[in-house]
Amino acid sequence: MSTADATADQVLEDAHGHHDDGVTEDAHFGKATGGKIAMWMFIAQDGMSFGGLLLAYGLLRIFSTDWPVPAEILGITLTATATFILICSSVSMVMAVEAAKEQNQAGTVRWLMVTILGGLSFLGIQYYEYTHLVAEGITFATSTWHGEPINNLFGSTFYAVTGFHGLHVTAGVIYLMCILKGAMAGKYTKGGMSYSPVELVGLFWHFVDLVWILVFTFIYLL
Amino acid sequence: MSGDHIHPEPTSFLKKHVFSVDHKVIAKQFLWFGLIWLLVGGVMAMMIRWQLANPGSPVPVIGGLLFPRTGGVIDPASYNMLFTMHGTIMIFLGLTPVLIGAFGNWCIPLMIGARDMIFPLLNMLSFWTVALGGAVGFYSLFVPLGATEAGWTGYPTLSTTVGTQGDGETLWAVAVFLIGASSIMGGINYITTIIRLRAPGMKWSDMPLTVWGLFFTAVLNVLFLPVIGSAMLLLIMDRVFGTSFYVPASIMSGASGGDPILYQHLFWIFGHPEVYILILPAWGIVADLLSFFARKPAFGYKVTVGAMFAVTVLSAVVYGHHMFTTGMYAMLGESFMLLTMIISVPGEILFFNWLHTIWRGSLRLTTSMLFALGVIFVFGLGGLTGLYLATISTDIFLHDTYFVVGHFHLTMAASALFGAFGATYFFFPKMFGRMMSEKLGKLHFWLTIVPLTVVFCTMFISGYGGMPRRYYDHTSADYLVPLQHLNTITTHSAFLLGAAQLIFAWNFIRSRWWGPKASDNPWEVGTLDWQMPTPVPHYNFKEIPVVKTGPHEFSHPKLGDRDWIPQTEELPA
Repeated sequence: MSTADATADQVLEDAHGHHDDGVTEDAHFGKATGGKIAMWMFIAQDGMSFGGLLLAYGLLRIFSTDWPVPAEILGITLTATATFILICSSVSMVMAVEAAKEQNQAGTVRWLMVTILGGLSFLGIQYYEYTHLVAEGITFATSTWHGEPINNLFGSTFYAVTGFHGLHVTAGVIYLMCILKGAMAGKYTKGGMSYSPVELVGLFWHFVDLVWILVFTFIYLL
Repeated sequence: MSGDHIHPEPTSFLKKHVFSVDHKVIAKQFLWFGLIWLLVGGVMAMMIRWQLANPGSPVPVIGGLLFPRTGGVIDPASYNMLFTMHGTIMIFLGLTPVLIGAFGNWCIPLMIGARDMIFPLLNMLSFWTVALGGAVGFYSLFVPLGATEAGWTGYPTLSTTVGTQGDGETLWAVAVFLIGASSIMGGINYITTIIRLRAPGMKWSDMPLTVWGLFFTAVLNVLFLPVIGSAMLLLIMDRVFGTSFYVPASIMSGASGGDPILYQHLFWIFGHPEVYILILPAWGIVADLLSFFARKPAFGYKVTVGAMFAVTVLSAVVYGHHMFTTGMYAMLGESFMLLTMIISVPGEILFFNWLHTIWRGSLRLTTSMLFALGVIFVFGLGGLTGLYLATISTDIFLHDTYFVVGHFHLTMAASALFGAFGATYFFFPKMFGRMMSEKLGKLHFWLTIVPLTVVFCTMFISGYGGMPRRYYDHTSADYLVPLQHLNTITTHSAFLLGAAQLIFAWNFIRSRWWGPKASDNPWEVGTLDWQMPTPVPHYNFKEIPVVKTGPHEFSHPKLGDRDWIPQTEELPA
């Protein structure tokens, strides 16, 4: 063993002595963890992805003369219910983060489960909606309504934007399930910064909800 | 989240050299990857130039191998594939991995005093995603009907199934999507690392300008790569699932159709920031190199950072100048023209600061310094000619001519490449522990800058004379026949330029294994990366350094007989 290796081993021992004692203060970013900054970056880039798709939807719709009235085809009631469920799941997400901060493991697990249930209900409603629309002639490439052809882009943009959002909800539910597993093992209720992963999944989940409000407004209501 | 801890060095070959999470290994992977693609893209450029100077004659040496059906002659379809893939490869697989992937990974942790990137696993994933993107792009060359012919911009309707059949264009879109995802992962990692893992005492204003350039590039990557991701998704849907986002009604069987111009908007919302994504790291590197080798503090450090910030912000709101001839509201066009002109203000501030940095300095004309000076020269040429393209009245005549080709090659290609060369010659001793040959390096520099200037300045003349880009054979148009001799000059210079790169390849490979051993700080600079032993230990810093001085404290009157000071030492009172 050379001297360099010996030093390295020494260093390793030293390093394990004072492992992760939280974050150092920064003049501009306070005590935000790396994970939090990165999640905000991810949300920024994801917002730009949705921005690209919504811009495409907006331009295509503005410059077409035969765009159908969305509410007549899509219906509002069912999706409004789904929207309400998704917003409620954001509330339960907040409760989960608060419970984790208070080192309340049972509460964290319970509220995470409620949030997952909300996400799954939303996906269920979306699946029901898709199957009915396809049966009535609105498919990804072509659109007919009551047997009459309508602007194909109506169906294409609808599935592209809501499908992209649905993928986010799916990813969010999987992400929440991973966090739930950790919460059950008590990983996030040890005090200090240990609640941080719950907060991060919360950030993502709130973003997915917020984007849905925009998607719901632009695609269904306007 | 382990950039601030020490981890044991992996012992298995796979974990150490292939699936490594060490930023230094990933930097070298990016470097080799990018250099190999630069070679591929460069050979494609040579074939394009051959066809333009000698239309319809067989390509010597490699022609028979590559185009056996035509006896070595580049047929029109292959010509289209060549210029499309040349652009795509050079931008996404050559320059981006070298400038951002390799030097971003190498410089950021070492220059800010961190043990690794903050997310090492994400870092590894970023490399393997771009590698997968490269593989998909390469595979597209071998599918039936070959690679895409729609140009690197992939405008519909040419890029939809109406214009290009086969899987080439679809695979191209998938590759661009993957490469974009890789850049986003890198960007998030770089920004978070710079924010969180600066060594104690390192204020934002103590960071080397290289890090600043990479930081702004990362911001643009995170914000604008997603937009082209969306554009590519819609293009893939049009091609695979039969939607018509980009296919206009006039060429569809049905009554309703999409909008090809929508793609142009989405593409250039990304595409204009992309040119700054490539040039900002080069600007940062140049600003540092000029100070290091003029032995003077970088003039107007904070103003330089401010100018780079201004460019970053403005780059997001000027994309419309790519679409002047597409047709847009006159007011909108004028706004884009004005904003584009405004970008030259921070650009000129950077030039002013660079020139003031070398003014009355004691210049050490190393190869990397020569390339840094080269960036000032070629970017100056490219920037000045950009004014004619930013002005609507002149752009209408120059659009889609060789004037544009010359302009963007000087700015985003040659300048970025010179920045990459400067950085390679500069960081090589720390990266590989050996010195590159300065003699061969200087020969490489002069044999690069002279033919390069001729290549692109001749393009300005032929473009001004009305020679359009992307034509297979200019001699087929009567009015272009008198300009053909310019094509011959360009091609001969381009071959010289291409041959000169072999000197670099030889120098790089020979020095990598057989060059003289490098000392710890051969350039006598004070930044943290040069204060550590060569080769850099696996954990970088045994103890995280404490920063006490700025990165460019050269020739301080109180320093006595040495003219530099490490960032870890305090300036004498």
